[in-house]
Amino acid sequence: MRESATNKAPETLPDWPFYTVLGVVGATYVSLIVAMLVADLFFTTPGHFVSALRSPEIRYSIQLSLFSCTVTTFFSLLVAVPMGYLMSRFSFRGKYLLDALLDVPIVLPPLVMGLSLLILFQTAPGKWVENYIPFTYAVPGVILAQFSVASAFAVRTMIVAFDQITPRTEQVALTLGCNRMGAFFRIALPEARRGIFAAATIAWARSLGEFGPILIFAGATRNRTEVLSSTIFLELSIGNIEAAVAVSILMIVAALVVLGVTRKFGLRSFSEKRV
Amino acid sequence: MISVENLSIEQGAFRLEKVSFVVPSGAYAVFMGRTGCGKTTILEAVCGLRKVRSGKILLCGEEVTSKKPAARNIGYVPQDAALFSTLTVRQNLTFALSLRKWSAEAMRERAEELAEILGIRGILDRPAQQLSGGEAQRVALGRALAFFPPVLVLDEPLSALDEETREEMIGLLLSVHKQFGVTVFHVSHSRDDARRLATAVFCLQGGEVREESGFFGGERMGP
Repeated sequence: MRESATNKAPETLPDWPFYTVLGVVGATYVSLIVAMLVADLFFTTPGHFVSALRSPEIRYSIQLSLFSCTVTTFFSLLVAVPMGYLMSRFSFRGKYLLDALLDVPIVLPPLVMGLSLLILFQTAPGKWVENYIPFTYAVPGVILAQFSVASAFAVRTMIVAFDQITPRTEQVALTLGCNRMGAFFRIALPEARRGIFAAATIAWARSLGEFGPILIFAGATRNRTEVLSSTIFLELSIGNIEAAVAVSILMIVAALVVLGVTRKFGLRSFSEKRV
Repeated sequence: MISVENLSIEQGAFRLEKVSFVVPSGAYAVFMGRTGCGKTTILEAVCGLRKVRSGKILLCGEEVTSKKPAARNIGYVPQDAALFSTLTVRQNLTFALSLRKWSAEAMRERAEELAEILGIRGILDRPAQQLSGGEAQRVALGRALAFFPPVLVLDEPLSALDEETREEMIGLLLSVHKQFGVTVFHVSHSRDDARRLATAVFCLQGGEVREESGFFGGERMGP
């Protein structure tokens, strides 16, 4: 036995400094979030709200936001569900590269996304498409700009959703008589319903908050391509801070509702243990 | 009968070369071996869930090596039961039957019959995700047997069960084997399972399958 060896329990420092650091950092961060929201609330009055909602331009922007976010969510799911399934269930050459590419819309600066879309529609294929559906500085452009970012978040969510569902159930379905498509529609898709819901809410919320790509690609023309985020920009640019804050609060409420719904029905289930 | 001839499987760095064995018709074969030796890989290859590089798999005399899992008519019970969580117990039991276009009345009767045999009559209309481990394994067994498959494949179905439930399941597996007369391919770690259930025991060791005749001198195998 070595001379230095001992069975005595090591002396440990108290834990309170560690807890204190965690508490202080956490409280500072949360305070900043709450303080921003409270500041917005105190800055505005019911009168500002009423006056903002009476504005035909703002009413149009609310309607266009609701419409474009819903359409974007639909298209995002249309891409995210099969893409998420593909990335989660299959191994193939180039998967690593594809996985990295899927994150490009998430990591690229939003303005670059908008500029890239604008340049794409200046190419020959882009111009050909525009002969049939005008995208640049038009409502479909708003939707495409929202989709280009929101769908990436939806795809990521669906990959996680399918990763958390055991492929074993689909394998059992295959032995019981299903083909791959049958196993997908009868088993995988119903089991992924909470993930689909989470992906939809995330896509919707992302679309609502999108600004840069819309501004560059679709513009911020009043009564045409103006969405709520553009409204804040336009109102601020003419010095109407009250209206900008009133619209901001509308967006905060929408975001909080989405967050609440997602927590209750969607993302929370990702951490639930499967029976 | 399950006949595997010179089966070679490659999965990343893992390889199985020229594995051969025959499980006679109506036998209860327990397939043993150390963790990671490839038991489940062979089981999945038999079910058609894993690509094989070369070799043949014959079920009831018919070659199925390149057939899809659906065409093999195998009842498969995985280790974790893998019930369809969005369906009820009844819907799980009749899943294969609905794919075979059975009438609603015939499916109802078959579900009742299976529920009686498996002792799950009281939970037929319960959502599958609300079952205990033992109940889930019974339902998984019923789902696999529902369409009268000639071959039943079990992947360590008893390993996650408590002692009491395990005893019940062993009794159930014995009675199901006797009643349905299926050829069973059961992957297990447990010598006790093999002693009590098997009519034939196979050991996978060093990539080679050996039949252990008279290995146990046990309750089912006889001297």
